[in-house]
Amino acid sequence: MSDEKMTGITRRDFIIKGAVATAGLATASILVPQSFAIGAQAKVKVGILLPYTGTYAKLGTNIRDAMLMRFAEAGNMLGGRPIEFVDIDSEAKPAMAQQLTDKLIKKENVDFLVGPVHSVVGMAMVKTARGDGPITVIPNAGANMLTGSLCAPNIFRTSFSSYQMGYPGGPAMLEDGHKRVVLMYWNYGFGKEVAAGFKESFEAGGGTIVKEIATPFPEVDFQAYLTELAALKPDAVYTFYAGGGAVKYVKDYAAAGLKDSIKLYGAGFLTEGLGAAQGDAAEGVRTILHYADTLDNPENHLFRAAFKKSTGNDADVYAVQGYDAGELILRGMNAVKGDVGARAEMIRAMETAEIASPRGKLRFSKSHNPIHDVYLREVIKGENRVVRVAARDQDDPAEGCSM
Amino acid sequence: MSVSSRYLQLAALLALLLFPVLGSEFYVGLLSRIIILAIFAMSLDLLIGYTGLVSFGHAAFFGIGGYALAIAFQDAAVIHLWQALPLSLAAAALAALVIGWISIRTSGIYFIMITLAFSQMFFYYFFESPSYGGDDGIFLFFKPVLMLGSTDLLKLDNEINFYYFVLTCLVGSYLFLLMVLRAPFGKVITAIKANEHRVCALGYSVNRYKLVSFVFAGTLAGLAGFLEGAHTGYVNPSYMSWHESGVAIAIVVLGGMGTLYGPVLGAFIVVLLQDFLPSLTEHWQLLFGGIIISVALFLPHGAISLLPRILALFRSKQDDAQESDDG
Amino acid sequence: MELSFYLVQLLNAVQYGFLLFLVASGLTLLFGIMGIINLAHGSFYMLGSYLAYWLTGVTGNLWLGILLGLPIAMLVGYLVERLAISSLYKRDHLYQVLLTFALILIFNELQQILWGTDVHSVPIPEFLAGSIQLTENQVYPVYRLFISAACIVVAAGMYWVIQKTRLGMMVRAGATNREMVQSLGINVNRLFALVFSFGVALAAFAGMLASPVDSVYPGMGENVLIISFVVVVIGGTGSIKGAFVGAMLIGLVSTFGKVLLPEMASIMVYALMAVILLWRPQGLFGRAG
Repeated sequence: MSDEKMTGITRRDFIIKGAVATAGLATASILVPQSFAIGAQAKVKVGILLPYTGTYAKLGTNIRDAMLMRFAEAGNMLGGRPIEFVDIDSEAKPAMAQQLTDKLIKKENVDFLVGPVHSVVGMAMVKTARGDGPITVIPNAGANMLTGSLCAPNIFRTSFSSYQMGYPGGPAMLEDGHKRVVLMYWNYGFGKEVAAGFKESFEAGGGTIVKEIATPFPEVDFQAYLTELAALKPDAVYTFYAGGGAVKYVKDYAAAGLKDSIKLYGAGFLTEGLGAAQGDAAEGVRTILHYADTLDNPENHLFRAAFKKSTGNDADVYAVQGYDAGELILRGMNAVKGDVGARAEMIRAMETAEIASPRGKLRFSKSHNPIHDVYLREVIKGENRVVRVAARDQDDPAEGCSM
Repeated sequence: MSVSSRYLQLAALLALLLFPVLGSEFYVGLLSRIIILAIFAMSLDLLIGYTGLVSFGHAAFFGIGGYALAIAFQDAAVIHLWQALPLSLAAAALAALVIGWISIRTSGIYFIMITLAFSQMFFYYFFESPSYGGDDGIFLFFKPVLMLGSTDLLKLDNEINFYYFVLTCLVGSYLFLLMVLRAPFGKVITAIKANEHRVCALGYSVNRYKLVSFVFAGTLAGLAGFLEGAHTGYVNPSYMSWHESGVAIAIVVLGGMGTLYGPVLGAFIVVLLQDFLPSLTEHWQLLFGGIIISVALFLPHGAISLLPRILALFRSKQDDAQESDDG
Repeated sequence: MELSFYLVQLLNAVQYGFLLFLVASGLTLLFGIMGIINLAHGSFYMLGSYLAYWLTGVTGNLWLGILLGLPIAMLVGYLVERLAISSLYKRDHLYQVLLTFALILIFNELQQILWGTDVHSVPIPEFLAGSIQLTENQVYPVYRLFISAACIVVAAGMYWVIQKTRLGMMVRAGATNREMVQSLGINVNRLFALVFSFGVALAAFAGMLASPVDSVYPGMGENVLIISFVVVVIGGTGSIKGAFVGAMLIGLVSTFGKVLLPEMASIMVYALMAVILLWRPQGLFGRAG
């Protein structure tokens, strides 16, 4: 393996090399024989800004590991050139985002920028990178404006937009027979966007939102609001919560005895990856997401096996998004045979890419946001199982984008 | 202040002035950040090092300076410097006046806690308010400009221009504080730190002096906050978190409190540490915490206190007969 | 809203107040007797929660988890006291703030190394997992009532120790007049170590009790810490009675604030503190001067 010079963290170097080595051995993929004559081809610099500490650490780690796995499957070459990684911990702190992005773009002069998890970090990153900056692939941050008002030819996203997390919920709940629902969510940028997406489709489909309860972010004391919900007696409730808040919410919901009387629905993060923490409380909860662990397609089966083998962890939606980010960059670089200067051609190759992702078919909108199927899942025996497809080829209106 | 340390300061200033010629754009931006933090730290030193007021809520004024800029000008096409800067300074000064007036009536641990409480109030106010961006913060897409009529006198989009502007603010703040400390006012507040009861017995209205000191410090912190908001184009409630106040105290002590250039040195040390330590290990906070503890225990007068020793070594090597007094 | 809603909020407020009381009493004793501001106190609360999570996972039982966890927490507290805190006794508040702030950074990092960054939950023991029916619409979790009950027992025990035993007498004396206790020949170092460990145990126990209802996550100690300081300052440093009254006040203001004025809830707690300090700068039950 080539001598990768890392300006990042030494320990991370070992983890990356270890994951890469095992992935290369384990996956049944084409290993392109290459003579690694050092200095034969200049390296491509890929800058990564993801959280490896803090509450989002697992997300950041999975995204990075999956992307590296994808590169390893391709022999760790992008368009015939070896890769150098610059890996920075964003700590999911928006206040640091600007300077870290500057570091990657101005100091390290990266050719590609991958990140972040947190939407507000994403805003700072995109604000700096859009236009003349390196080609940026967002593997998670869901704020609408990243491919909306801040869209640019060099900005891509392989995850989702908050609109896509809320909009499919409307028809899904209507189809399940719920006409009067309460909309309950964390009152901050991301939560509000998801709620707005849901409201748009649900009311357009003839449903009635009895009440919108926006709970303060990031408070996790839901007692009072659940009481209010019980008193309103709707058919069901659509929610947006994530991480620790989602764990608490689902558990409190069950403890309040509401699961039988008011069906609980939510954007995917309500239950994604939280099975162990939520336990029985999550049984029967239905969520909307563009992925499910149990998706039955060949790409997903292969992917999950490979990821488990290379990292020892189970894959999740974040890993999928990271994997697809890797695929997208590969498409771009292979199309221009490694010539990073051929930007327009590379961008065209990336925006027209049709990827057979573990989530299903993945292609991109004009604003470089994913167009993919969104599934309705239900937690059965601790797993998020696909009930049906909630929305085929779900797009995003890309409000404010002038591309 | 000894002659040799004054030479050192001038040399440092010269180095800072010449840096953009040699350094890349990225490093100029980094240095701007350090200098902004140095202004913030110097303002806190006025309280901790000179007046003897341990404020654990100084970040509130930093945040207010930044938020005043962001809230007033987030939708503006042009941000006029002559409007924005005084606004931030006034907002910070006013906040310092109110908070100071209430807090200075307490002392000791109560003062520490009440300053903490006030900064928490501001933090939560901006964190939970839907109209001020909440946790997402506020983005600014333009930098302030100084215009005369329709000609641009000073455009701050350029990283190098911004650097010199910030450097000017640092020198200006430094000279201002120097002037304040040399005046009779400065003597009184230094005396208050040394022995408050005696100063009171001498007939001085101690609380009034403390309040003026508090307002000066708050205003300068607001200046730093304004500069930071203008530089990054982003403000966020975390600017006011008690974590920031804690790091500010660390900067002042690490650098050397009771001197004006100590906090400047401290800002350099801490920012460079925060930049360098993560490359050693993922768990760099352990090292950072360890360093702070070591300094608190073994080097309570900060890095500045090492200076006379280094100078003495240097001088003895050169066999110089010049005597050095305390820096 | 109906009466039962307010009843539920009242129960929540009292339960929260009790937990705060446990944490704050350790803090107030620390300051009253040893003159130390310990910002890392919230980290012991977090330690308790993580120990409960870990040991309950290992033993399968929350009781065993608590039983095993408490001695571990006290041991950690003792070590921290010997290695770090004891050097602060002669220092002024600035260095105490700085050093214990650095301790928070270190503890947070250690927690991430030991237990990672995931959010965890601790299962409620079987027979406490139900809810009792308050009214037609309202149920209330039994476990939360248990928390309050446990805290009452601990508080009663503390009262008995402090008022009725010789050790308690030394603690009270130390809180009133530190120097006198020393000059009376009492082994101050041992007393301090004991008080510190006791405070740590209280905070850890509170963290253990709370872990099934609040999730266990990185940085959870910091919120508790700040609020506990507010309790101590409102109540008056060194006063257990003050800590109790302060904790209940904060519990009520915080809980009812969240439902009645959600946007102002967090601010109200600090506003309350400012008002009380304006009226009585030494806190409700603190010594003047």
